Amino acid sequence: MTNLATILLFADEPSNTPTLGDSPFFWLPRAGSTTVQHVDPLFNYLMWTSAISLVLLMALMGFFVAKYRAKSRHEKPQGSTDHHTGLELIWSIVPLPVMLAMFAWGFQGFVALRTTPKDAYEIHVTGQKWKWLFDYPNGYTDDVLHVPVGQKVRVIMTSVDVVHSFGLPGFRTKEDVVPGRYTELWFEPTVAGEFPVFCDQYCGTGHSAMITKAIAHSQADFDKWLVDAGNKMDSMPPEQLGEKMYNQQGCAACHSLDGTPKTGPSWKGLFDKMETMSDGTVVKADENYIKQSMMEPQSQIVKGFPPAMPTFKGKLSDKKIAGIIAFIKAQK
Amino acid sequence: MASTTTTADVAPPGAHGADDNYLTHEKGIASWLLTLDHKRIGIMYFCCVISAFALGGFFALMIRTELWAPGRTIVDADTYNQLFTLHGAVMVFLVIVPGIPAALGNFVLPLHLGAKDVAFPKLNLMSWYMWITGALFLISSLIVSAADTGWTFYTPYSTTTPTAVIPALAGVFVLGFSSIFTGLNFIVTIHKMRAPGLTWFRLPLFVWGLYSTAIMQVLATPVLGITLLMLIVERAFGIGIFDPALGGDPVLFQHFFWFYSHPAVYIMVVPAFGVISEIIPVFSRKRLFGYSFIALSSVAIAILSFLVWGHHMFVSGQSVLAGSIFSAITFLIAIPTAIKVLNWISTMYKGSIHLDTPMLYALMFLWVFTIGGLTGLFLSTMSTDVHLHDTYFVVAHFHYVMMGGAITAFFGGLHYWWPKMWGRMYNETTGRWGALAVFIGLNLTFFPQFIMGSRGMPRRYYNYIPEFQPFHQASTIGAFILGMGFLVTTVSLIRSLLKKPDAPQNPWGANTLEWTIPSPPAYYNFDKIPHVVEGPYEYADWEYDDKIGGYVRKGHQEAT
Repeated sequence: MTNLATILLFADEPSNTPTLGDSPFFWLPRAGSTTVQHVDPLFNYLMWTSAISLVLLMALMGFFVAKYRAKSRHEKPQGSTDHHTGLELIWSIVPLPVMLAMFAWGFQGFVALRTTPKDAYEIHVTGQKWKWLFDYPNGYTDDVLHVPVGQKVRVIMTSVDVVHSFGLPGFRTKEDVVPGRYTELWFEPTVAGEFPVFCDQYCGTGHSAMITKAIAHSQADFDKWLVDAGNKMDSMPPEQLGEKMYNQQGCAACHSLDGTPKTGPSWKGLFDKMETMSDGTVVKADENYIKQSMMEPQSQIVKGFPPAMPTFKGKLSDKKIAGIIAFIKAQK
Repeated sequence: MASTTTTADVAPPGAHGADDNYLTHEKGIASWLLTLDHKRIGIMYFCCVISAFALGGFFALMIRTELWAPGRTIVDADTYNQLFTLHGAVMVFLVIVPGIPAALGNFVLPLHLGAKDVAFPKLNLMSWYMWITGALFLISSLIVSAADTGWTFYTPYSTTTPTAVIPALAGVFVLGFSSIFTGLNFIVTIHKMRAPGLTWFRLPLFVWGLYSTAIMQVLATPVLGITLLMLIVERAFGIGIFDPALGGDPVLFQHFFWFYSHPAVYIMVVPAFGVISEIIPVFSRKRLFGYSFIALSSVAIAILSFLVWGHHMFVSGQSVLAGSIFSAITFLIAIPTAIKVLNWISTMYKGSIHLDTPMLYALMFLWVFTIGGLTGLFLSTMSTDVHLHDTYFVVAHFHYVMMGGAITAFFGGLHYWWPKMWGRMYNETTGRWGALAVFIGLNLTFFPQFIMGSRGMPRRYYNYIPEFQPFHQASTIGAFILGMGFLVTTVSLIRSLLKKPDAPQNPWGANTLEWTIPSPPAYYNFDKIPHVVEGPYEYADWEYDDKIGGYVRKGHQEAT
């Protein structure tokens, strides 16, 4: 799995983010979920109402300017109307039903977007700087969102650090991802294909790299993918599993493999090195040190680096931890 | 708003020389820095606000240049994040909030009221020094390591980022006091210092605008102050209020922040309504259509603006019920705002329209503000907001309202009162070219952002997917045209100070009190307290005099 965050943030290479594409309506991107019906028709209604209002108002303004433009400073105005009760009543009352319709329609759509159907398939989402992780019911974790077409999907989200926002423009839905609580949204993919997933709430350096994709498969393909992906992970050699974790868990955002210090120390030549901590103690970077750095990152901060690492306690199995240690060992 | 013939229309008594005005009354830098004269304080505010505007504009051009292409163009991601934070903080807190009230309002308000000064001249000077102090804090953070939180300071990002957030917060905190002092001063001034005969419904609408704004400044800004103080306490001492890692609630911060910042949007735009309500009748030579509606709707908007903050939080996890109430009240505000636009347009009906630069800015305001207002409907409608929230659609919307509404009105007002401020006419040709460039630049910069936003482009993105590049490039080109427009305008205005012609007393034929005294006004404003006998928009008695290039009241020979 390519790490999009790394590519976008540090290399400026073209990403493999899918395009947003076009919908039949110029203003909106390609659609891929049943939730689209709660947004697009209403957007259309708003756009036409606004366009017509704008044209009428500006035509009136332009007409008055052209017709009543003074030829000289001495010219007097032709009229002196400064109120007209009938007119004022009309333009106070006419917008009311138009706006009431907007409100009611928007409310109805919002309730639909926020009311998750009962029989939905559940995927847990974790937002962290600057990465999305998706946990599937079988325990498999991925950094790309895979979803089955024709199945209602409930997404339960939380953040490990700051506020993010999980935005799916193709599905017309979005919700903030807040640390310390769960938020949720739902959708039902209608066509197979790939759609971009953005972080919409500003979250720092890699905010614009916090992009991944949602891949909608047919139900059969999805089921097969999930079983295969889970099995592949179980039978992976530790070092390869470690490399996968390095990209998937967001290690790559702060730890380089080529010796360049980033937010955290580089992993190149790290294993068995004597590291000086911020309190002056010198510690050998062995298995125990690495495990402790992942579980209780604030307990040992290497001198010269900010205490920025989140904890991975409870998030990684022993097998994955061993895999990461093996991968670090391999970075000679 | 004319006065009776026995008072203000008499020639100045011999005690004043012809050259004695507020600009020449005292000399030396100390006579400015320690002045208690509202006109000089207004001018000092104006110079500071324009400088801050140039700084904020520079940041904006850096941002737009970076966004010319995906990936790195001129700066790295962290610098970009600092740039948009500074752009937002400078433009909101140093430019738009104080722009019209503190710069134009300070100069004009006492003149509008027929008063000698504001109610508390020392407090007025104090508020200017608060502005300076706040600005220094904000800009000092730039030197240390500029904050990268966005002007919204959302937690827990703002409590955990290593950049200098505290100086920036302290700056905004102090600027808040500057705003509160001005508001307090204006409320008392408007209540207590109106000239005899100047009843509430004979007040110019600019005064109504400033009054509504002052109420919001006094009631809303303390909430911002306390919120920022809590943020400082959390950051400095680790006391958990907003950060969930310390047991706090990050969404609580958003509620507090928007409780100020939504009224703040109206703090920024209601004075602009006031300016437009002055300009349109004068240049249409006709009474304003629906005076009392515009006056009272400003106050209504001021009150309702406290009840809509939650419409910034439809996707924050806020309950559906709360969201629906906020959405409904937001629509309630939209109606009087729409009616105001109709009132301004109707004022022109059967008028005698003069397209001088201030009027061009007013027409521009109607165009951009209507677009800004209509696109607000997309965002107050809950389901479409889910799709548009935190995208460029929001960016475009508030730039149409803030930049297009507040800033164009500020520049319109600036041209309108320029002859009164300095006693010099600006150059009409360069003024109009500047306005045209601003109009083209503004639309080219921000209109493509609506399309990007509705197609999904998230805001505050350093990098973007290649599909958006043509829109970003159009926007960048627009930004440079916009910058050029402001440069032309500023140069044109400054040049007018260096050369003739001198401005007549009343170049526009307006009927508010500031135009019944010489340009620039005397140190004490009015020789005699004017006695007001009519409304502010009665133009029938003013006749144009070709010899002096300005208007004189029928039957009076006025020296200029």
